[in-house]
Amino acid sequence: MGTFGWSHRKAVATVAAVGALTLVVGCSGSDDSVTGGGKKDGKVTITMGLFGVMGIKETGLLEQYEKENPGVDIKAEIAGDEQTYYTALQTRLAAGKGLKDIQGIEIGRAKEITETQAAKFADFAGTSGTDHFLPWKESQISTADGKVLGLGTDIGPMAVCYRKDYFEKAGLPTDRDEVAALWEGDWKKYVEVGRTFKKDFKGDKVAYMDAASGLFNAMVYGYPEQYYDEQGELIYDSNPAVKQAWNLAADAAEDGLTAKLRQFQPGWDPGLANGTFATAVCPAWMLSHISEKAGAANKGKWDVAKAPKGANWGGSFLGVIEQSPVKEEAKKLVAWLTAPEQQAHIFKEIGNIPSSREALESADVKNAKSAYFSDAPIGEIFAAAAQEIPDKQVLGRKDGTIKDTFSQGLTLIEQQGTARDKAWKTTAERIEKAVG
Amino acid sequence: MATSTTTAPAGKGPSGHSPDKRPARRRGALLHRLDLRGAPYAFVAPFFVVFAAFSFYPLLYTSWISLHDVELATLDVMQWVAFDNYVELWGDSRFWNALQNTITIGVISTVPQLLMALGLAHLLNYRMRFSLFFRVASLVPYATSVAAAALVFTMIFERDFGMINWALGTVGIDPLDWEGGKWPAQIAISTIVIWRWTGYNALLYLAAMQAIPAERYEAASLDGASRWKQFTHVTVPGIRSTIVFTIVLSTIGATQLFGEPLIFGQGPNGVTGGADNQYQTLGLLLYEEGWKNYQMGRSATVAWVMFLLLVLVLLVQRLVKRLRSGTS
Repeated sequence: MGTFGWSHRKAVATVAAVGALTLVVGCSGSDDSVTGGGKKDGKVTITMGLFGVMGIKETGLLEQYEKENPGVDIKAEIAGDEQTYYTALQTRLAAGKGLKDIQGIEIGRAKEITETQAAKFADFAGTSGTDHFLPWKESQISTADGKVLGLGTDIGPMAVCYRKDYFEKAGLPTDRDEVAALWEGDWKKYVEVGRTFKKDFKGDKVAYMDAASGLFNAMVYGYPEQYYDEQGELIYDSNPAVKQAWNLAADAAEDGLTAKLRQFQPGWDPGLANGTFATAVCPAWMLSHISEKAGAANKGKWDVAKAPKGANWGGSFLGVIEQSPVKEEAKKLVAWLTAPEQQAHIFKEIGNIPSSREALESADVKNAKSAYFSDAPIGEIFAAAAQEIPDKQVLGRKDGTIKDTFSQGLTLIEQQGTARDKAWKTTAERIEKAVG
Repeated sequence: MATSTTTAPAGKGPSGHSPDKRPARRRGALLHRLDLRGAPYAFVAPFFVVFAAFSFYPLLYTSWISLHDVELATLDVMQWVAFDNYVELWGDSRFWNALQNTITIGVISTVPQLLMALGLAHLLNYRMRFSLFFRVASLVPYATSVAAAALVFTMIFERDFGMINWALGTVGIDPLDWEGGKWPAQIAISTIVIWRWTGYNALLYLAAMQAIPAERYEAASLDGASRWKQFTHVTVPGIRSTIVFTIVLSTIGATQLFGEPLIFGQGPNGVTGGADNQYQTLGLLLYEEGWKNYQMGRSATVAWVMFLLLVLVLLVQRLVKRLRSGTS
């Protein structure tokens, strides 16, 4: 019996050990294609990695493309939060695995991509039919030696969204042109209106604006240089534009004009739904967020007025991975998605402002009105605001991180009551850590 | 691992001058011996193979990374800096702040948690109706995912529209900024931890309590011991080793606290543990360095320091235990 006993047991042991090994090996299993896309039996599969609400999938453009191009199958994966998305993208670029054929790139990351990852993205320079963009949009995603790593989707021209009913209760004008005239030309006047609002508002606790960081971003992005100069040196602590924006935002925070919320975070959403603030600096892409979170109950209470000064906050690009097995097909898709007609379509559906000059000039965009925002002529307002964006905008490697760190520094003043000089010092220390 | 242990005895086996008839029998005996000694190793091998691949190798590689300057985007470009990262961390006020937060949150979550678990287990140990229901119910929080629990508690503790501030308002107390203040935030996070882990620890205690012979309680009650005296003199000493076990587990859990504060802070703000880092734990600092600042070298350094701290704490615990058992 011995023989059977031990050989059987030995078999079990071997199986167990082999099983464990295959488990280990199995985890590092390899894909044929780096990107998941490819060609098979005459069918082309293109994969996309996107974030936030870029409007590409949401407005049905992908289905339309598949219908017009039989044999093309597009798989889009959308991450909600851009920071999470970008972290994953960096890891995948470093590993050379798990990438998609087409990857979205946010403006705050554009410089880092062009400086450190240029070799991993396909070049769009000279692609026919792509000369319809705003001139500065394309230069933001170009490398020093002239490689174009992506095509622009939307841009973020600025306006101010405000609650008409609250303005009325504070004895302020409600007509969008009169409101715009209140703060025309200077963000200081916008804060001044806030002081009047706070003094004269009759009713429950309502703050003038949502967060000091919104005002800060709007001001800073109105200048050609923000945190870096053209040579790529950090200048945030000497740039008067940054200091000026910081001081005005700190004024607003210290005077209690803000609702002390953090933008885009869950606490902000109930603030919109319950109307705890009267104004918000709103880039075009924020409109869809406001209408969704403030909900049907607040339809017609919001309106959009021209901002004191033009600025560009946000906007994105679509890039194609160099190693993609369907590189040419992916580039064709990107060119189609960012073409004037498609950009105008996205604008009509969800309000993202086109980065295409031609689309901006089209009647579809110019005459657009938003039913949610009291029929505000958002096409006209934002297209005009887009003209005011400085033609040159210097981007820096860690723009996105520095922007977030400044927002956090302003939260220190709003929430913790920290003195502004101390908050600035803390912010500077954090930035030094972040840029390594 | 498996191969080295199973082949080792074979090397010791006799070789060379063996008569013609014996090899078969000898080989049989050898295999038999090999099986007796080797099989147990083969059976535990899967665990160690997986451990080596997913724990030990990353541990060593992390220490290697921590001696370099590495960015997430360019993992292949590593610049040797020796112990600079450790020196820098030592002088970094964020580290000491995170360490302090980890300790305070650890204490205000672990101590009430274990005391409540002990009380709960004592109650569950009584003969009562629906005891099975109560036992299962006490385990439900443990089965809830961190994300779901933390998200719900975040809403409950919300400043403007949260349930707790609403309840405080009804009795005339001003609303508290739970996320913004240092102690309110740490208490709120501890509440999530306590809620999740009390039932789990209570069940561990209950199992240990049920192993205490009933005679001891009878003897104690014959001696006139009250319920409380029975609890302190019979129950607690009887489950002592389980208590030590739960303390060790909770300490490890507290050191690595990450998910609850991250979700409590919501998004980028959670990574830094609030605008003022008021509830940033070591786990969050690690994440901030690696996945917000993209500095993998510094992130790995935090990871190693956390590991060393844990080893240190467990050594101290052992020492205290040994000293106490030596004196008693």
